[in-house]
Amino acid sequence: MAGSSCNGAPSLEAVPSHGQPFWLLAELTYKCPLQCPYCSNPLDFAGHDGELSTAEWIEVFRQGRELGAVQLGFSGGEPLVRQDLIELIREARQLGYYSNLITSGVGLNERKVAEFREAGLDHIQVSFQAADDEVNAMLSGSKKAFEQKLRIAREVKAQGYPMVLNFVTHRHNIDRIDRIIELCVELQADYVELATCQYYGWAYENRQQLLPTRAQLERAERITNEYRDKLAAEGNPIQLIFVTPDYYEERPKGCMNGWGQVFLTVTPDGTALPCHSARMLPIEFPNVREQSLEQIWHRSTGFNHFRGDDWMQEPCRSCDEKEKDFGGCRCQAFMMTGDAAATDPVCSKSPHHDQIVSARRQAELGSIESEFIYRNERNSRVFYKG
Amino acid sequence: MIDQASVPSLNPMFRLQWEPAQQAHVLLYPEGMVRLNGPAGEILARVDGQRPVERIIAELALKFPEAEGIDGDILEFLAEAAQQNWVQL
Repeated sequence: MAGSSCNGAPSLEAVPSHGQPFWLLAELTYKCPLQCPYCSNPLDFAGHDGELSTAEWIEVFRQGRELGAVQLGFSGGEPLVRQDLIELIREARQLGYYSNLITSGVGLNERKVAEFREAGLDHIQVSFQAADDEVNAMLSGSKKAFEQKLRIAREVKAQGYPMVLNFVTHRHNIDRIDRIIELCVELQADYVELATCQYYGWAYENRQQLLPTRAQLERAERITNEYRDKLAAEGNPIQLIFVTPDYYEERPKGCMNGWGQVFLTVTPDGTALPCHSARMLPIEFPNVREQSLEQIWHRSTGFNHFRGDDWMQEPCRSCDEKEKDFGGCRCQAFMMTGDAAATDPVCSKSPHHDQIVSARRQAELGSIESEFIYRNERNSRVFYKG
Repeated sequence: MIDQASVPSLNPMFRLQWEPAQQAHVLLYPEGMVRLNGPAGEILARVDGQRPVERIIAELALKFPEAEGIDGDILEFLAEAAQQNWVQL
């Protein structure tokens, strides 16, 4: 998803070489009742406090809309933790955004689902950890979450919202993909994201326990294709979106459609990022408390850092695919090579590609017997202190 | 073949709006967007669950008198839009 392009003429006097921030992702808080071991929040989230106020968020939304942003995501952490969520939804609707609530469903109830609809919320995405109670509880760290999610998903449809169900898949749940798809059909999802885990943040720490084998993946993709055909033949409009993990590719993904091209994230404390993982990079990123979004998007060092291709090294610089994948993911390059401007090691041309090959080999050998490092306040403090 | 008396409506899973920053109508859906060209936007803006197809054709023929074969184009687009699940006929 979020794949549509956005090439409209920018309305600003100085015509920039990049597009508009089509997508504004508002990470309202890092607080979350769950502790999924593949969370995309930074490892040291416990060290970032001082959340933006209601008025500050509304000002961010106003400025984003002026820059041409259309899609607004309420994310986190768990955005429902914010008591002012309904106010933010109402404001987003008035500004003309299409608003998306990206939630675990924990903390949602029938009354809120209806009130949010009334306030103008367009869509609710409910994330699941698995299609059964036991695995869901193991991954989320909550015994009651699964039943709650089912209840909320039914309510979301009853209120007439379009619904996306999101399953992060990995070696512990991917073999049950048939059950996952059947659950989504039963819940009348409009879109299903079968998103193979991306290895950043907490997921990178837990990679050995999460990365599926190639055989697991191929089987899951085959089953998904079989369901697609079967459901289409039955006239079911449900759309199954299968996201393959880049660890089994030989060329990197065109991460975020290019650095600072269509996507703008604002973190709970107001730091503006070109993607939700970028906070880990050794780059200074601007803050909405100090600069306008217009300055941030067009003129900040952080957002201009990897625009264009002047920053590229070999083998990217002379590669004829650089326009297609932009050298891959900057965060992945940094995590694996220590250099944010290096070629993404997923690329078979990268001198560091052996790290990807060895992760695949480890996946074949089986999960090691160590425990997950869960995403919670206590574990985060360890990373915060370094 | 589309019955000209039928009344098309927008699939409630989509939201249509005019985007000043893009000078275009866009069709919005969860986490995505279709940017419509001028004629597509003019047609979908009239798909409201009240106007029958023949009235949409009449309105656009009046607005764009120089456009030849406009009814064929409209019917073709509506069929395509139904195929895409944007419109229910």
